[in-house]
Parts: sequence; C-alpha cells; structure tokens
Amino acid sequence: MPPPVDLPPRAAELRAQVRAFLAEERAAGSWVPRSDVWLSGWDERFTRELGQRGWLGMTLPPEYGGAGASPLDRYVVTEELLAAGAPVAAHWVADRQIGPTLLRFGTEAQRRKFLPGIAAGEVYFGIGMSEPDAGSDLAAVRTRAERVDGGWELTGTKVWTSGAHRAHAFFALARSAPRDESDRHAGLSQFIVELDSPGVQIRPIPLLTGAHHFNEVVFDRVFVPDEMVLGEVGAGWRQVTSELAFERSGPERFLSTFPLLAALVGELVAAGATGTEREIGSLVSRLWTLRRMSLAIAGSLASGNAPELAAAIVKDLGTRFENEIIDAARLLVSIPPDPGAEGGYPRLLADAVLHAPGFTLRGGTNEVLRGIVARGLGLR
Amino acid sequence: MTDTTDTTATGELAELAESIFAEASGTGTAFDAALWKTLEGSGLARLTLPEAAGGSEGSFTDAAAVLTAAGAHAARVPLAETDLLAGWLLHEAGIALPAGPLTAATGDLDVADTAGGSTVRGELRRVAWSRAAAGIAVLTPTRVVLLRPEHVTITDGANLAEEPRDTVRVDGPATTAEIPPGAAEQLRLRAALGRALLLAGAARGALTASVTYAGQRIQFGRPIGKLQAVQQQLALAAAEVAAASAAAWAAAGAASADGMTAPSTRFAVAAAKARAGEAAGAVARIAHQVHGAIGFTREHDLRLSTTRLWAWREEDGSDAEWNAEVGAAALAAGADGLWPLVTGRP
Ligand SMILES: Cc1cc2nc3c(=O)[nH]c(=O)nc-3n(C[C@H](O)[C@H](O)[C@H](O)COP(=O)(O)OP(=O)(O)OC[C@H]3O[C@@H](n4cnc5c(N)ncnc54)[C@H](O)[C@@H]3O)c2cc1C
Repeated sequence: MPPPVDLPPRAAELRAQVRAFLAEERAAGSWVPRSDVWLSGWDERFTRELGQRGWLGMTLPPEYGGAGASPLDRYVVTEELLAAGAPVAAHWVADRQIGPTLLRFGTEAQRRKFLPGIAAGEVYFGIGMSEPDAGSDLAAVRTRAERVDGGWELTGTKVWTSGAHRAHAFFALARSAPRDESDRHAGLSQFIVELDSPGVQIRPIPLLTGAHHFNEVVFDRVFVPDEMVLGEVGAGWRQVTSELAFERSGPERFLSTFPLLAALVGELVAAGATGTEREIGSLVSRLWTLRRMSLAIAGSLASGNAPELAAAIVKDLGTRFENEIIDAARLLVSIPPDPGAEGGYPRLLADAVLHAPGFTLRGGTNEVLRGIVARGLGLR
Repeated sequence: MTDTTDTTATGELAELAESIFAEASGTGTAFDAALWKTLEGSGLARLTLPEAAGGSEGSFTDAAAVLTAAGAHAARVPLAETDLLAGWLLHEAGIALPAGPLTAATGDLDVADTAGGSTVRGELRRVAWSRAAAGIAVLTPTRVVLLRPEHVTITDGANLAEEPRDTVRVDGPATTAEIPPGAAEQLRLRAALGRALLLAGAARGALTASVTYAGQRIQFGRPIGKLQAVQQQLALAAAEVAAASAAAWAAAGAASADGMTAPSTRFAVAAAKARAGEAAGAVARIAHQVHGAIGFTREHDLRLSTTRLWAWREEDGSDAEWNAEVGAAALAAGADGLWPLVTGRP
C-alpha cells in the first residue's frame, strides 16, 4: 500500500460546506437518500447545483472551469455525497474519469469544448468500452474504425453503456488497425463520439429490475472527424488503462450501500436493540480501514503515481464489503425489503439487494482484479 | 507486497529494521539475546521512549516500521513490551528503568508500605516474556509496581506460538509509585496498537512465504503459482494483508498526530486491532492451503508466522472485543453520527 495520507487542514472546511449543503437539500426534500446512487441517481438539477458550487471538475485548471484543486479535495466532496446517498449519477463518469483523461490526452480544442460543461454539471459522458464479445477481455473489441477523408468511420456495437440514453458523448474504444495476434493491445484507438451523431443508435437493455440504465450503442458508419480522436491513434490501450486507474479505488467502491448501513444503525438504536455491537463494529472497522486505504491511493494518484495493484485490492475488498452490509441489514433487523417504497430502510435494502450483482462486476470483475494482484505479487 | 514504505526517515528505519530482523530469523522459542543486543545497540529497543529513559524519542509511526518488521520475522524479543508498555509506564510513574528487556502486566497485587519501602504479594497470569525480563512493570488497581527477577517465582506458560506467557508469583520487596492519570486506558491502547502492528507484520510474513513457495513448488509440470485457483487465493490473502497493514499504520499515524488518548486515536486503535485480528485467520488459512502438507510440519518455518497470527489475534483484546467497542461507538453516534465517526476530525 502507498503511505498513509492525512487530509490537509482546509479539507475540514470544505467538508463542512458540503455537509451544510447536503443538510439543506435534505431538509428541502429535494431527494431521498438511496443505495447505489452513483449508478442510478440521475438528477441534473442536483448536478448543476454542485457545478455552481465548484464541486465538479474540481481538479481541472481554472481556465477550463475547474478550481485547480487537489484530488484529495475532490475525494472529500465525493465521499460526502456518496455517504449521504445523494443523486450523483448524471455527472459521475464525466467528473471522475473523462475530465482528467481529457486533460491528460485531449487536444486544446477538445478541452475547451467539453471541460467547462463538465465542471458546470451540464455535459454528461458515458464509457464506451465493453462489447458483446469483449468484457473482461477488453482487448477483444471488434468495433472497427476505418480511415476516411478527414476522419474515421466507426462500425460496431457497444454494450452495458451506462447512461448512454442521457449522456452527450462517450469515449469509444475501437480497432483502428487489424488485429495482431502477437500484440493484442496494439492497433486500438479512442474516439470521442457525440451520441447524437448520425448513424448512432441507442437501445435500452433493462436491468433485472426493469430499470433503464444500460444501453446497447450501435454504430453504423458513424463519422468521427480527426479533431475527435482522443490522444494518439494506436495508443488506445495505454490510455484506457490509465483511465481505469481513476475508476478502481475511489470511495464509490465501498460506499454504494453505506446509506443502508447508516439506516441499519438508526433502526438498531430506535429499537433499543443490544447485542449487535460486534457485527456493527466489524463493518465499521472494515469501512474505516477501506477508507484509509482508498485515501492512501488518492494521495498516491495525486503525486503522479498509478498504484494499480493497491487499487485492485481496494476494489476487491470494497465491493465485497458492500455486500457484507446487505447481509447484516437482512439479519440484524427484520424489516423486509420493499422496492416500491419511496425511501427509508425497506427501499434502501431492496435497491441494495437488487443492485448487488453489479458491485463485483462493473469496472473489472473481482476475479480479473485478483489476476492483477497476482501479477503484482510476481505470480504471473 | 511490502509494508508501507517511503523515502522518509520512517522508510529508512523500516529498511534498517527489516535487515536486522531478517538476519536474526531462526527457530526455537527462547529469548533471542543476540538480537536484543543488536536492537539496543541500534537504538530500536527503546525507540519511542524519551532520552531520559534511555530512549530514541521516536514516534508511533517509527514504531510501526520496527514492529511490523519484528512481526514479519517472528522476532523472539519483548520489543513492544519494553518500548511501548513497561518502559513508558515506569517512566511516567517516575520509576527508574532497569537496563535490559522489560515486560508489563496488569493485575491485582497486594501492596503494603513498610518502613524501608514496599512489599507486594500475589500472582500474575500470562505475563509475556517474564522469564527473560530484567523488570516487570505491573499496573495494579492502586500502584505502579516494578518487580525484579530476584523477587519473583516464574512458572513457564506459552501462547499458541510458544511465546512465553508465564505465571509470576511474588512475595517480597518491590519499587512502587503512584498511578499516572489515565495510565490504565493508555496502557490498553498501547498494547493493542503494538499487537496490531505485530499482526500486520506476521500476516505479511505468511504471505511472502506463500508467494515464494508457490513460485517454487512444481505440480502438473509447472509452479503451482501459475495455477489460477492458487493465484486467486493468494490475491485474497494479499488483500487481507494490505487491510491489516493499512489499518495498523493508520492507527499508529493517528497516535503520532493526535496523541494516544485522543478519541480519534482510540477509535483508530480499536478498529485497527479488530481489522488486523480478522485478517489473521484468513491469511493463516490461505498460507497453509497453499503450502500443502509441508507447511503443516514442525520442520517448516511457516508455522512461525501462522501460530503468531492465531496467538496474537486473541491477545490485547480479540477482534470480537475491539469490534464491540467500535460497534458501541457507532450505535452511540447513531444514523447521522456514523459517517462523522468514520471520517474522524470533521
Ligand atoms: C452495473 C454495470 C455498469 C457497467 N457500465 C459499463 C459502461 O458504462 N461502459 C462499459 O463499457 N462497460 C460497462 N459495464 C461492463 C463491465 O465492464 C463488464 O461487465 C465487465 O468488464 C465484465 O465483462 P462481462 O460482463 O462481459 O463478463 P465476462 O468477462 O464474460 O465474465 C464472466 C465471468 O467470468 C469471469 N472471468 C472472465 N475472465 C476471467 C479470467 N481471465 N479469469 C478469471 N475469471 C474470469 C468473470 O470474473 C466473471 O465472473 C458495466 C457493467 C455493470 C455490471
């Protein structure tokens, strides 16, 4: 693990501001705390409110609408939002990985086009990586990018694209040169595809709950101008890997069911129940530890490192922890889950149970992450 | 996978400690007198004590570097006992520290003041390393007591790792002093912190041994470490080691920054000992599974790490006990106070 991190003193002030804002929002009844909000809590009004307060794209330089803040400041804001169960899905991908990736690999024109909107909470992005035959084996993507006059033409199918039906654009990973069996990672490129481009078709793939979250995005000779190539042609694999580093160790990898844990504590206190200290303590000790680990990685990312192994470990432990909360919530009190409830414990529990399969799949499955850890241990 | 290291002074200290303990590794159960001499010579034996007590004035984070290395190499010395517990308690109470290794105990002794000093009588159970100690610092309900070897009778006992956990009987003279305020609570937290760091080290030791073995043991024509089932198990163990280590280091950091008795440190130490204790069982189980039958033998060194994991998770408060404290704090905080409790200072 990277060395432990202490948050700078000014983080306390920022945290207090975010808490005060969240308390106001809750008092006004603007939204109800939910489980797994970063997946399903799409609320553009709330996202714009955050943008106005300078809490989106915080790490971007001021000339692109950001605050030039440290990743640790962003960490404080995001962990507060997640712990409160606030609806953060609309800006989640754009704020977490698109902004930093555009800053790193994008052209000046691309940055000017997208970053201010991301920081304002008005421009939303998806992730165009997975395909029907390319899940864990992402290098197997088959979407083709053909060279044409002034740009590229994309043909193929992306799946599991979260929020594509509401997002403005995504980065599509596509094969820009024929597959070379001796170097499967070569010949891949990333393209910024605006989702209202001609030839893009977006179809819902309902979740097991019936909710519309996932999509299939089909490209039929979609023209992408040269100005919308992200980074270098042929460097898609390296870029995508660096994008994934932002995806794996953040507080969303262990806080998806935190609102349920808080509600569980509330129910136990209300019922005057005793004898559950050990179970609750075990969850809280784990939570505290995960947060220290995740913060250490955020600190390491902030100083320019890419702690891939540690990030994989946090995501493996953290997503299993999210499931442990569900077990405790089922076993320590007997309040049945109710997916139709407006909010409260029954709804928090219902959403947590029904969303749980995704925790250990999204962003790289836990088995694949353990493969990364095994490589870090020198076994592969 | 190594412990948290960096390029700072703590990083250098970690390297020094690592080389000293690696050199000293060996089997047997007796006090390692040669190692102790090296530790004294290099200023590690009384790392966190003030200069006035013959110490090096190091921080708890420095202690983390040294104790995790001691745990990783199954060092047979009462290091946490001397530095974090007995040395601290005696110095705070104003009792001069005897030279050499020390140990500490909490227990009920009868203390009677006489004209020439104090006499004490009673029995202490499961005292760590007492047979090797130049002095036993005892926190009784009424006094801090220093027992010298010539005034005690020791009956050998052991923990699961065959480390000395002796019964000590005393009926004779002793040095005593008033109990410094808050000493009982601080001693308890110091013991748990030291044990959590040792556990994190032992967990790392067991993982390192397992990864090395998986790279050497050939079955089906290749190292078992190439088999995905084995890799997945070792990755799970690595995650537990990382968690134990992060928790113990974070608790040491909290103690360094805020002091041992700050509420945030108390919470951190409780969570860290609990988390490290929970990791211990998983790491020991996987380490043995990966080693097969050879690891189940007395001849093999794996047991030096795994028996310590099993012994230490019970000592200075088991994970069940510390989790109960963390849970009580969480329930006292309530639904709205839980998150602020976890994030510590606002
Ligand atoms: C909620 C959610 C949101 C998502 N959002 C997006 C998105 O916005 N954009 C996007 O591009 N993708 C998205 N995904 C897709 C996600 O990245 C993939 O689900 C994931 O990479 C796994 O791929 P797969 O589903 O095809 O499973 P597969 O790769 O087919 O895996 C199936 C099973 O086999 C195991 N397995 C596969 N390979 C190995 C191996 N080498 N060793 C051991 N076990 C293995 C896996 O661990 C898993 O258990 C999302 C997924 C979910 C669940």
